[in-house]
Amino acid sequence: MTTELKEKEESAEPEITEADHPATRYLRQERLPHIWCSGCGLGSAVTSLTKAFDELQLPIDDIGVVSGIGCAGRAAGYFETDSYHTTHGRAIPFATGLKLANPDMNITVFSGDGDLFAIGGNHFIHAARRNLNINVICVNNYNFGMTGGQFGPTTPQGANATTSPYGNYEKPFNLPDLAASAGAVYVARWTSVHARRIQNAMEEALSKNGFSFVEILSPCPTGYGRKNDLGEGIDELKSYQDRTVIKHGSDPEEAEIERDPESEIVVGKFVDTDRPTYCDVADSYLD
Amino acid sequence: MSKEAIMTGKYFMNGDEACAEGALAAGCRFFAGYPITPQSEIAERMSKRMPEVGGRFIQMEDELSSIAAVLGGSWGGSKSMTATSGPGFSLMMENIGLGMMTETPCVIANIQRGSPSTGLPTAVGQGEMMQAKWGSHGDYGVIAYAPTSPQEMFDYTIKAFNKSEQYMMPVFVMADEKIGHMRERVVIDKSKVETQPRRKPDADPEDFLPYEPKEDLVPEMASAGEGYRVHVTGLTHNEKGYPQLDVETQKKKVGRLVDKVEKNKDDIVEIKTQGVDDADVLIVSYGMAYRTAMGAYKQARDKGMKVGIIRLVTVWPFPEEEIRELSQQVSGIVVPEINQGQMVHEVERACGDRAEVKLVPHPGGGLHKPKDILNALEALI
Repeated sequence: MTTELKEKEESAEPEITEADHPATRYLRQERLPHIWCSGCGLGSAVTSLTKAFDELQLPIDDIGVVSGIGCAGRAAGYFETDSYHTTHGRAIPFATGLKLANPDMNITVFSGDGDLFAIGGNHFIHAARRNLNINVICVNNYNFGMTGGQFGPTTPQGANATTSPYGNYEKPFNLPDLAASAGAVYVARWTSVHARRIQNAMEEALSKNGFSFVEILSPCPTGYGRKNDLGEGIDELKSYQDRTVIKHGSDPEEAEIERDPESEIVVGKFVDTDRPTYCDVADSYLD
Repeated sequence: MSKEAIMTGKYFMNGDEACAEGALAAGCRFFAGYPITPQSEIAERMSKRMPEVGGRFIQMEDELSSIAAVLGGSWGGSKSMTATSGPGFSLMMENIGLGMMTETPCVIANIQRGSPSTGLPTAVGQGEMMQAKWGSHGDYGVIAYAPTSPQEMFDYTIKAFNKSEQYMMPVFVMADEKIGHMRERVVIDKSKVETQPRRKPDADPEDFLPYEPKEDLVPEMASAGEGYRVHVTGLTHNEKGYPQLDVETQKKKVGRLVDKVEKNKDDIVEIKTQGVDDADVLIVSYGMAYRTAMGAYKQARDKGMKVGIIRLVTVWPFPEEEIRELSQQVSGIVVPEINQGQMVHEVERACGDRAEVKLVPHPGGGLHKPKDILNALEALI
């Protein structure tokens, strides 16, 4: 061994163990492995959230995670925090009560596109309108994955799903535009390939005083991907790498997602603004 | 803007207002609701009073979200309630099931109106008595009170909160438009208000099992932010609260949801009786229908008829043993209710063939005439 190498070894940083990983501290180890398919973006989104918690040094007991029903709905069950797996579509109103009863807690709703925007769509726009101080993370896989791949409110028009065998007749929601229109003070969209960007967006959302929304476009090789010949999860990630264009501060109206696998997908931070939260306004009127 | 939560004094107030005051007296500090006739006075009073006592009122976008927020509020550590009427009660059913499954204490007041569907929004009905028991999918025990006056709206809303905390479950106040809107004397006396605190865990967070039942089959509850890091799910779950989707866990969990009410019936069931000792025939009634029945009872007694009257204070769990016992001495039982026959089925079940059971129905929108009940009594003597 040369002197140079030896010196390097002696000055090496302490070994990083599994216990040091944020996912170890913020997840319920006894509940792992998770139930999600290989190639799904949910696992990495959960990891990003643990890293965001860690980066912000949020005390675990000040964090609440609430989910609805579906693939993403299972996320709450993995967090080693107070965690609530509620009914289909009702994560946001449940979180509303949790937040109002416990205003000092940092409450994150982590759920899917079907849960938050089909059955739960009304609650999303009203919570945004109220500027309730919670964070909503939507992992969008363009279909109802848990029930076998039916089309949903974010399925691109013309795309195939188990209940749209002739192509989806409906125009999907453009989620950043919906969130911005309804009054969210923070709106960002990234995809599962943007791991560090996702973490950064989550940190900003968690730190924001008001209704924050982060959309994460995820592969779904078992459901949406299979029905639309998108290949494996890794192929969908490559496709995101090719299709996405970062446009911070752009008009969310231009963030529509087309079925065409060559079409551009706009990602970035669309909204980062401030207005008094529901509780701020209420408390100012009650003084 | 602090004011007393329990406003000791004598008041002339309606049943809805008394319900709101009862909730505040019981310690309710979170109300989420959606406007619907004839319960709106509860929400209106809560919107005024809740900030005065340091609680939160929120008007949600519908009844689905109202009950969901109430469950969230309860897990957040506040005694929580919502109030509604028929259409809203139907919308709440799924999350009432979530509340039962997750053993979440809260109170749901249903000020019943003429039904089904939009029915008679401003007029009395008792059409959701069976829905209160069977409305959400699956099996679970139910506790429901049927108050008969504004004073009882105050008293039994407190009791509903106490039982919800004692048994860790949503509890119903099944009132009706007449009781909600009638204005009577209500006496509030702070020194007489007893409240049930939340069953908090003693165990360390590492050892705490949120769904481990105590001797009375009821678990303890750790609120959000207390360091217990609970997991709460509507999926069938083990004592740790984690999903465990097998027959054994299902049997244990759902069995206990039923048993914690059934095996504690002695503590929960309440009836009130009058004139039953020498009775040849009985009236069994509840809520507003009971007040008319009471008129018929008095008229019958004035005529020298040996009539007794039983009032279901708790409609659920149904006082089966009590009715069975009393049915042995009479030839018949008359059951007036403001529906086409709901609780009468329970009375029939309790009586078997020991006594003839006669329903006196009312379609809703108004009240029985005492004469209708009297005629039914005469036919059975």
